[in-house]
Amino acid sequence: MNGYGGKVIRINLSESKVEKLDLNQKLAKEYIGGRGFIAKLLYDELPSGIDPLGPENKIVMAAGPLSGVFWPSAAKVVFGTKSPLTGGYADSNMGGFLMSEMKYAGYDMVIFEGKAKNPCYIFIDDDLVEIRDASKYWGKGTLDVEKKMKEDLGEEFQIATIGPAGENLVKYANICHDFGRQAGRCGMGAVFGSKKVKAIAVRGTKGIKIHNVEELMNLSKLALRYIMNHHYFKLFKMYGTTGSTDLSLETGFFPTKNFRLDQYEKFEGLRPELMRERIWVSDKACFACPLSCANYTHSKKYDVFVDGPEYEAIAMFGGSCFLRDIEEVQYANYLCDNYGMDIISTAGTIAFAMECYERGIITKKETEGIELKFGNFDAAVKIIKKIAYKEGIGGLLSEGCRNMSEKLGKDSEKFAMHIKGLEFSAHECRGLPAMLLSYMTSDIGAQHTRSWTIMQDLKLGGDSIEGRAKLVKELQTLRPLMEMFGVCRFPWLEVKLDFENYVKAFNAVTGFNYSKDDLFEISERVWTLTRAFWAREVKDFGRKYDLPPERVYEPVPAGVTKGMHLTKEKVNQYLDEYYELRGWNSNGIPTEEKLKELGLGYVVEDLKKFGKI
Amino acid sequence: MRLEVDSTKCTGCSICQLICVLHHFKENNPKKAAIRIVRKFPVPGSFEIRVCNQCGHCEDVCPEEAIYNEEEVYKIDREKCTNCGICIEECPTGTLFTHKEVDIPIKCDLCGECIEYCPSGALSWSKAEKEEAIK
Repeated sequence: MNGYGGKVIRINLSESKVEKLDLNQKLAKEYIGGRGFIAKLLYDELPSGIDPLGPENKIVMAAGPLSGVFWPSAAKVVFGTKSPLTGGYADSNMGGFLMSEMKYAGYDMVIFEGKAKNPCYIFIDDDLVEIRDASKYWGKGTLDVEKKMKEDLGEEFQIATIGPAGENLVKYANICHDFGRQAGRCGMGAVFGSKKVKAIAVRGTKGIKIHNVEELMNLSKLALRYIMNHHYFKLFKMYGTTGSTDLSLETGFFPTKNFRLDQYEKFEGLRPELMRERIWVSDKACFACPLSCANYTHSKKYDVFVDGPEYEAIAMFGGSCFLRDIEEVQYANYLCDNYGMDIISTAGTIAFAMECYERGIITKKETEGIELKFGNFDAAVKIIKKIAYKEGIGGLLSEGCRNMSEKLGKDSEKFAMHIKGLEFSAHECRGLPAMLLSYMTSDIGAQHTRSWTIMQDLKLGGDSIEGRAKLVKELQTLRPLMEMFGVCRFPWLEVKLDFENYVKAFNAVTGFNYSKDDLFEISERVWTLTRAFWAREVKDFGRKYDLPPERVYEPVPAGVTKGMHLTKEKVNQYLDEYYELRGWNSNGIPTEEKLKELGLGYVVEDLKKFGKI
Repeated sequence: MRLEVDSTKCTGCSICQLICVLHHFKENNPKKAAIRIVRKFPVPGSFEIRVCNQCGHCEDVCPEEAIYNEEEVYKIDREKCTNCGICIEECPTGTLFTHKEVDIPIKCDLCGECIEYCPSGALSWSKAEKEEAIK
């Protein structure tokens, strides 16, 4: 099949069994790849109600037809599972060189099932696929393991690995690759850890068959030329996502002190220019990416090398935990990367714990003497280590802020900044109605990547809700297609490479000859299926899972957005409007009609059985 | 004619490799590229581009006289080459490569496609070449 590797690896870890199967062509036609494959497979294959960290759960690694192809930023691999952090549908993607290598070895997907007895890693060298002993790597940090495995197997092998946090089942542990790329969110690393899978090592030499290679070359060259000539190209290449720091600070959406924003702070020590001046080493790109958004850095103060900090790290450790020095943030970033923990959830949970500490909900006795106050770098460093190894209070923090607040009580749920159990990424959105709706309805929890509407919100102002639900739905339809194609959204987002180009490239690679509307319908099918997964897995799932924490109803106390807030009525109005556009009922459950319209008739019976429709 | 390399500008994106193979083999497989990138991570965090500098040593050592000079570019005559591997072993810069599907050494023929699309300016025609062009 053009564009696809053509094979799927299914690994049953309990039985040490490796199977190689042909990729189902119908699946490719109806679900494209990446996140589409994952949504379908998890819905069909996972029994309802399983423990995410038990052997019944599966974790899937999937490519899209463009992963590994000559197309700007076609580097993405998507991991998906039932999340141990949220209990619902989860996928998380990363760039680097892993999926291009997998495709060159001939594979589109790896499905991990069961649980190994002993630590293992998956070795893939073209046609050879083996489960190998990983006892010598177990217990080591991700950066250390990647280096060691490359020394042991060869520099040309691409490695993805978990760290101690994944081994210890920290609920937001991640999967790391290429010394700084992560499938960060929702606890993919914990699921690997529960299965005793430490790493994947892959080498491929075969290349990918293309439907119309001349056409692809022309399209890709035009796209590259367009990108390189764009006025924002050089700036974005230089600063990457850290450029958002200035925007966020100037417009008042920096998530200061657990999204409380009770103090106006300029954060001069976190600005991107300072980062370039003080710690920058090199620009680092993922496969086929002209934008090279990653800043590889070295802190002299703490003597560590790391890929980052990116905007999210700067805003979460810098803003939310209130560390005001770029080198402190860089070091916290390094610790999270090497332990293998999602920076957003780690910093989000620590910021929540800091607020609990300041309010007396967590005591000094419970922190074993650590002064867990906003801005205390030493405390943050100690807590990060405690989380990774679940020592003392670290065990509580390793559960994420939703579970923490349920245990702590005392109204702490009002400022536990999560939706569906996933910590907010770094946009304080009391003045950004569409961004808040994006967070509320994102199908993995409070993540910004499905729909990012800050520029539109700033243009339209913070009060009116007119047209925002429609905007969010449209973005949630277009953006996830990138994660089905296997490409990064940045050329489209940052330098406005028109989506029509992606449609053409997709058809040149696969020969499917789909229109934009065909693709949008597939995307909506996938979105609706992930919603059905939530409805099936979470007993009382419905509108209340889309609602934000009470903090968003408190007027912003300080800064340029001072006074801004949203009301419960407005927020519910957004949801009404949004559900209607989606064809869901007033509790946010897809209707029978909508499911059938999208070719999801088989889901209807299921949801009826569980009393959802 | 020279290809000038500035590894400090390289970001490791591999567009040069993709385009190299698409141009020469019409295939989407950077593993057959005549240009390679050494990744020095996690320390010191830099890249090194490796590509033939057209020194011509391979012509001297080839026992089959399969390597010839055409306007200062050393090329391999597919008919004469026996893929003995001597040129690869003897290459002073280590920039002749192999791939199991390719029956002769893979060598840069200075087509310039990679220069055209390197997004970071790490590859360029040498200064002498540029001056010549201006004249």
